[in-house]
Amino acid sequence: MEDTQDKILSEVTKGDYKYGFVTDIETDTIPKGLNEDVIRLISAKKEEPAFMLEFRLKSYRHWLTMKMPKWAHLFIPDISYQDIIYYAAPKQQAGLKSLDEVDPELLSTFNKLGIPLEEQKLLSGVAVDVVMDSISVKTTFKETLAELGIIFCSMSEAIREYPDLVKKYLGSVVPYTDNYFASLNSAVFSDGSFCYIPKGVRCPMELSTYFRINAANTGQFERTLVVAEDDSYVSYLEGCTAPMRDENQLHAAVVEIVALENAEVKYSTVQNWYPGDKNGKGGIYNFVTKRGICKGDNSKISWTQVETGSAITWKYPSCILRGNNTTGEFYSVAVTNNYQQADTGTKMIHIGKNSRSTIISKGISAGHGQNSFRSLVKVIKSADRVRNFTQCDSLLMGDKCGAHTFPYIEVENESAVIEHEATTSKIGEDQIFYCNQRGIDTENAIGLIINGYTREVLNKLPMEFAVEAQKLLQISLEGSVG
Amino acid sequence: MLIIKDLHVSIDGKEILKGINLTVKAGEVHAVMGPNGSGKSTLAAALVGRELFEITSGSVTYQGENLLEMSTEDRARKGLFLGFQYPVEIPGVSIVNFMKTAINEHRKFKGMDPISASDFLKLMRDKKDLVGLHTSLANRSVNEGFSGGEKKKNEIFQMAILEPTLAILDETDSGLDIDAMKTVAGGVNKLRRKDNATIIITHYQRLLDYIIPDFVHVLYKGRIVKSSGKELALELEEKGYDWLNQESE
Repeated sequence: MEDTQDKILSEVTKGDYKYGFVTDIETDTIPKGLNEDVIRLISAKKEEPAFMLEFRLKSYRHWLTMKMPKWAHLFIPDISYQDIIYYAAPKQQAGLKSLDEVDPELLSTFNKLGIPLEEQKLLSGVAVDVVMDSISVKTTFKETLAELGIIFCSMSEAIREYPDLVKKYLGSVVPYTDNYFASLNSAVFSDGSFCYIPKGVRCPMELSTYFRINAANTGQFERTLVVAEDDSYVSYLEGCTAPMRDENQLHAAVVEIVALENAEVKYSTVQNWYPGDKNGKGGIYNFVTKRGICKGDNSKISWTQVETGSAITWKYPSCILRGNNTTGEFYSVAVTNNYQQADTGTKMIHIGKNSRSTIISKGISAGHGQNSFRSLVKVIKSADRVRNFTQCDSLLMGDKCGAHTFPYIEVENESAVIEHEATTSKIGEDQIFYCNQRGIDTENAIGLIINGYTREVLNKLPMEFAVEAQKLLQISLEGSVG
Repeated sequence: MLIIKDLHVSIDGKEILKGINLTVKAGEVHAVMGPNGSGKSTLAAALVGRELFEITSGSVTYQGENLLEMSTEDRARKGLFLGFQYPVEIPGVSIVNFMKTAINEHRKFKGMDPISASDFLKLMRDKKDLVGLHTSLANRSVNEGFSGGEKKKNEIFQMAILEPTLAILDETDSGLDIDAMKTVAGGVNKLRRKDNATIIITHYQRLLDYIIPDFVHVLYKGRIVKSSGKELALELEEKGYDWLNQESE
């Protein structure tokens, strides 16, 4: 039986990465390395107001005093920050009026990725902001959204056009001093998406950002800010891919969400950065800080993530439940195959009374993958009647991978009800055999079992993306039965 | 339909089946009886192709083809069905989804298009009634949290949907109360046709009160030591298995 498992295991662990191509496009890059001049240059290239440059320099100076965090259950090779290029932009004319002006090479790139930029061809009801390397290439449906007062644009544009909003909220959830990678991001971030939903507006379509790293030796540092005013609603998605390269590339993003009274924000991620090859060579280092604040009473923030890519993932989408009766949710599927490592989870900080949080995490480890779940549920003294439910499941495929859980619970209020459930299981040879006996071959059996295991989380994704995520899971685990 | 000749099967080098000969024709129901550890379940597992069981010699011909050369899934797609003694739980996978996937794999194998949603729903409804499976069960995950009886009913339900040519029911009666056993037996009887066959593996005679076999075989220490008509089952019930000791030596 062991032999069979090994055989199937080795077959499954060689699924191919489908987005590994490189686009041949003229790129405007700055020399590698990081210093104050580079930061000034980035700020100048983006024609930013003075307050932004101040913010960046302040962040940079703080970053210099910090050390890379070592507490995660990850092996991270030394990163040489002076060998990274901090700004790379596909060359194109400034101020595109129509799609005709977009470089055809760029268009075909996104068509290849299944993200057509022509609005009439877009999935019905999804507006997309596309970020390639350091800049936003195109945002669709802007006008339609503007009629409702919704602002959906690139971060660069937001800084130029809506400096007051940016000034008010940027760094308000993730301060520039927050952590090593957040500080670095605050210093050098080049683009990202900005989204503002005015009071009482329910955003009628999914907003989506698609991130693509293309240029070599560059880091990608994007910044996303979502602000939902009172009584508003928005569902937001992000997707990401990168070419296959032998060297590692750094991706350090920051996402901030602000939900005011009665507002609801759903933030979904399908993360598929290049994971490296089957021997662990290359791949993206994905060090991301995501945090939302339920500032107003009765507000709700829901994070859903499907993490299949990246060589190393370090990421904890969190909720600060400041208002009373607020709700924080975290639904996660994280896959580590081959030599991938992930240390991911969430923090739920209960400050408001009657605040509730739900954490559902489904880890899948295959090959030599190492998958850690890390969570903090914190209830402060004045937060009465808090509820939390945490469920953290690990699924192992084969005997060379690992699953680890690090749940922390800090409760200062006696009325809190905190539940924690955890399971670890293996895809059993008997489950696969049962499927085989019903005429289902091994590949499909694994797909079926994985989909069953992750269903609770995938159900939280918007329809089209759930289907995509399902396929992605199957591809990233192709060949890894145990 | 099925011809087993001098079949020897080992697990981890230990020989369990020591030369089985058995012929099953279309339209027949065979009962294989025997005490615990006689090799009944090994026979079932070897026929459906579980890799744990090593076939050291002998042959099995199924519908004129060499069964032992086929993969487990191809055997299933060609109409071989095993009702598991211990049905496996698959959390998160609904019976509906599981059966739809299975049916479509069978159809693909035959070069047919996937089943339409309405045909599938109708099929599920019809077969549910046949085996008395409660409607709410079909929406639950495969066998997860099912009682022993529900699991066995679910096996017969799957059998009803896949309409096998040759069904092997491994200890389907174990763990069933008398009512559940009647329902399960009723389901099996309704699925009996001239062009299919069933092998019932059981320890006790009582299931055979409800499913009347054409032949009864006694498996003892890896060999079939006695074959006869349905009256043999009653004899076994009366005398137990001990008297076989003398016969087999």
